[in-house]
Amino acid sequence: MAMRAYAAAKRTLSVGDKLADVNWGLVLLITLCAGAGIAMLYSVAGGHMQPWALSQTIKFLVGFLVMVGVATVDVRVWMSLAYPAYALALLLLVAVVAVGHMGLGAQRWVNVGGVDLQPSELMKISLVLALARFLHGKSVEEISRPLNLGIALGMIAIPAIFVVLQPNLGTTLIIVMDGCALLFLAGLSWWWIVPTVGSVAVAVPLVWRFVLHDYQKARVETFLDPGADSLGKGWNITQALIAIGSGGAAGKGFLGGTQSRLNFLPEKQTDFIFTNFAEEFGFVGSVALLILFAVIIGYGVQIAMTARSQFARLLAMGVTLNFFFYIMINGLMVMNLIPVVGIPMPLLSYGGSAMLTVMFGFGLLLSVQIHRQVEIPRHSGGII
Amino acid sequence: MPVFDKKDKSRYTAFTRRTLAMGGGMTAVFAVLGGQLYKLQILEGEDYKVRAEDNRVSERPISPPRGRLMDRFGTELANNKRNYRVLIVSEQATQGVSEAIDAIGKVIQLTDQQKKRVLGEIAANKKFVPVPVAENLSWEEFSRLNLHLPYLPGVQPDVGETRDYPFGKEMVHVLGYVGSVAPEDMDGDDGRLLDVPGFRVGKRGIEKAFDKEVRGKAGFSKVEVDAYGRVKRELGKDPGLAGQDVWLTLDCELQRFADQRLGDESAAAMVMDVETGDVLSLSSTPGFDPNWFNVGVTGPQWRELTTSDYKPLLNKMTSGIYPPGSTFKTAVALAAIEAGIATPDYHVTCNGRITVGNHTFNCWAWTTYHRGHGSLDVEGGIKNSCDVFFYETARRLGIDAIEQSARKLGLGAATGIELPGEHSGLIPSRAWKQKTYKQAWQPGDTLSVGIGQGYVTATPLQLCQQAARLASGKAVSPRLVHSVGNRLVSRPEAPKLDFSDEALTKVRSGMNKAMNEPGGTAFAWRIAEPGLEMAGKTGTAQVRAYSNEEHARGVTKNSALDWKLRDHAMFIGFAPVAAPKYAIVCMIEHGAVAAHPHVQMARDILTFAQKRGTLAKPTAYPVRSSSLPPRKEPA
Repeated sequence: MAMRAYAAAKRTLSVGDKLADVNWGLVLLITLCAGAGIAMLYSVAGGHMQPWALSQTIKFLVGFLVMVGVATVDVRVWMSLAYPAYALALLLLVAVVAVGHMGLGAQRWVNVGGVDLQPSELMKISLVLALARFLHGKSVEEISRPLNLGIALGMIAIPAIFVVLQPNLGTTLIIVMDGCALLFLAGLSWWWIVPTVGSVAVAVPLVWRFVLHDYQKARVETFLDPGADSLGKGWNITQALIAIGSGGAAGKGFLGGTQSRLNFLPEKQTDFIFTNFAEEFGFVGSVALLILFAVIIGYGVQIAMTARSQFARLLAMGVTLNFFFYIMINGLMVMNLIPVVGIPMPLLSYGGSAMLTVMFGFGLLLSVQIHRQVEIPRHSGGII
Repeated sequence: MPVFDKKDKSRYTAFTRRTLAMGGGMTAVFAVLGGQLYKLQILEGEDYKVRAEDNRVSERPISPPRGRLMDRFGTELANNKRNYRVLIVSEQATQGVSEAIDAIGKVIQLTDQQKKRVLGEIAANKKFVPVPVAENLSWEEFSRLNLHLPYLPGVQPDVGETRDYPFGKEMVHVLGYVGSVAPEDMDGDDGRLLDVPGFRVGKRGIEKAFDKEVRGKAGFSKVEVDAYGRVKRELGKDPGLAGQDVWLTLDCELQRFADQRLGDESAAAMVMDVETGDVLSLSSTPGFDPNWFNVGVTGPQWRELTTSDYKPLLNKMTSGIYPPGSTFKTAVALAAIEAGIATPDYHVTCNGRITVGNHTFNCWAWTTYHRGHGSLDVEGGIKNSCDVFFYETARRLGIDAIEQSARKLGLGAATGIELPGEHSGLIPSRAWKQKTYKQAWQPGDTLSVGIGQGYVTATPLQLCQQAARLASGKAVSPRLVHSVGNRLVSRPEAPKLDFSDEALTKVRSGMNKAMNEPGGTAFAWRIAEPGLEMAGKTGTAQVRAYSNEEHARGVTKNSALDWKLRDHAMFIGFAPVAAPKYAIVCMIEHGAVAAHPHVQMARDILTFAQKRGTLAKPTAYPVRSSSLPPRKEPA
């Protein structure tokens, strides 16, 4: 153990050593979740691998390799890449918004070398990296200084503004929540936190009035009274509730869900995939899935707490919270506790961008876990 | 633990504390999610299960086969024909919808208008809904189409059901017809059935009056549907209850003969059983083809039906009201005998005219031949249809006795026949005139009534009932429906009429003489064949004036005006004279001409009925009448 610790500190661990050290229990749980997602995609396609399940399997396998690859890279390398990654993600975001404003309508994707890329997903990871790096060098007192706080808030606000312009309310929400959570964990003074929360309460009505798009407002209104217009705006959420509720205690059984198979569920393969799970596996299955998620998050918290550098701690908590916020917003959304904002359920929902982001995040988490002994001086900027 | 500098240590402490706090927050969020799942799935799970089933399961009503309408011998007067049709499902038409329709057009005939309608309907429906391209195809067309099916993707042959009236216009005024459901047909009783696409309800006649019975009970097909309403599979099926057959008292052959005999005249004729009231034929001409309404009436057809002076849509038998003319003299004669005025010695001398107050009334003999009938008794009065005889007799009787007598014969009140829209005609009285015109009854009014003019009106149906009552001496009423399904439509036996046998015999004798004695008003058109002779009474209903409303309808052509000015021709009768079985009425609007075509028609129809032996043949009813005594066969 002492030798391992020494080797880790000196960055002389071999790839084999690193793989042996990976928390395979966590990897197993992640794979279980992704497996459940693939099973659901098989189910909502009426018991077919096409069009989603097979493709999602491939996406998961690619994501898995990315995760393992990312995990074996020294956490200090990620620290050095933090700012460039942030800069790149921001550039792509600006490009997407610019293209959108050139008359092609709302855009979320850029095509880079034949691959569709969603810069807002890239930004979630990049922001966590960049903020962790920025905050790594700051003591509790320094963080609460207006200049530093201003820089950190700027790092959050600038991408948030571009994402909301796309427009993509859900991702904006996650970016802002990720960033604020990191500031909080880094030790931001309560003297900042309490008044800010207070003023947000004041700002919300103003945002409602001047910032939100009509369809976003409609979603909020739907949330407030889904039954009022059950064939219109409230249709999605009404059908989602019927799917979840009709699952009852034990569920209708695998492939037994009628709401999705008969197309009553909207976006059944993406944002509303959890409702199909709840319909087929009932309360028992749904709670088991939530517990699975909670254990993964618990692992994440544990990894963060045992890391020896502030960067690694913040990075681990950043990606863990990112995962958690996905689950929270999606879960609250499909159960009609918050408005529909268009956030997928991580590992379950169909989609390559979200899968890659989440798996990349787990890769970083595992990198922190493997390199937990690495100490990084306060004023270091990484190793490359 | 690693060695921290002081600042790092405080950061680490803050991080740990705040991470644990966030862990608590995250746990709380998971608790909320779990709690909401508990609420939705455990507490409200049953409600949502019901709603999921409501989503998934759709009950499609199935219209049961409509009950048939039968004649007394089991001939189908209205039935259901196989409707060979071709449908197109646009989502399956892989070569394009208009191409598929053009391809169908090469196999069967399709007009451009039809093609346009189909394309419109396809655009209006979801792409999996079958849209009919052509209906009521012949078997030959249908089989040709089936032969080409492999080359026609998206085209589906289909066999539906459609109402069919094999005898077309010959029965239309009895049977009525069916048509698409209109808002006023929504009676709330079986709304589900009425919602079936293409469902038809009875619009007139028996089809309307017995619609509930022949309609049957809706079945349903329980199907699983997706969110777009596309049927995925059938979960269960209840075929419903077929409609009941309605057995009519009609004799199909007699009905057809009568209708053909009336020809193109604007006329009505009816034959009924004098003992039971069974209607054996009931015609009103001109008619129209009821199948038009099932398929959908075209503009020109509808214009023809609604603008013709011959009023083909009107059932003149039940809904046309006319002055009964001299046929009413039978009621006056009965009243006179019953009142003791017309004793065997009672005679009235006709000099051609009679003066009451300061008004002189002419006998038809005076108008025609400028002479009178001389001295007549009751039978002579009927035989010659002497107006003076009945003017004088009515004057002596007064309106009250005449009214009473007419009502006993069934005039002035609806007969209660099972057809919608029956009129009740009018028998005037002192109270009626006071109420309607605010005037007292005048003696002159009584005289007009005495020859069936003035305020008196009746439907031909009532006159037929009157003829049957005179013949049988019983208060029979016409009925058309013997049984519905296996249920007999029970009717009490008709009571004896409140007239003395002597009075009835006298009047029958008068009617016999009018037909069968030389000099009788209808002698020329008697039935000469021994044993089949009929008794009868002619009548001419004067068309003195008609309303401004009729003028406004554009009766401006001179020829039309001439026709419309002619009197209506009436005839009631019964046969055979010796033991009456059949009563008849025959009426031709504006048909009072010297040749008496209406009496000729009545003669031919009654001859046909007797030779055919409509009432002697065994009936095919599924149930026997129990309330009626067995019929006595003629010796």
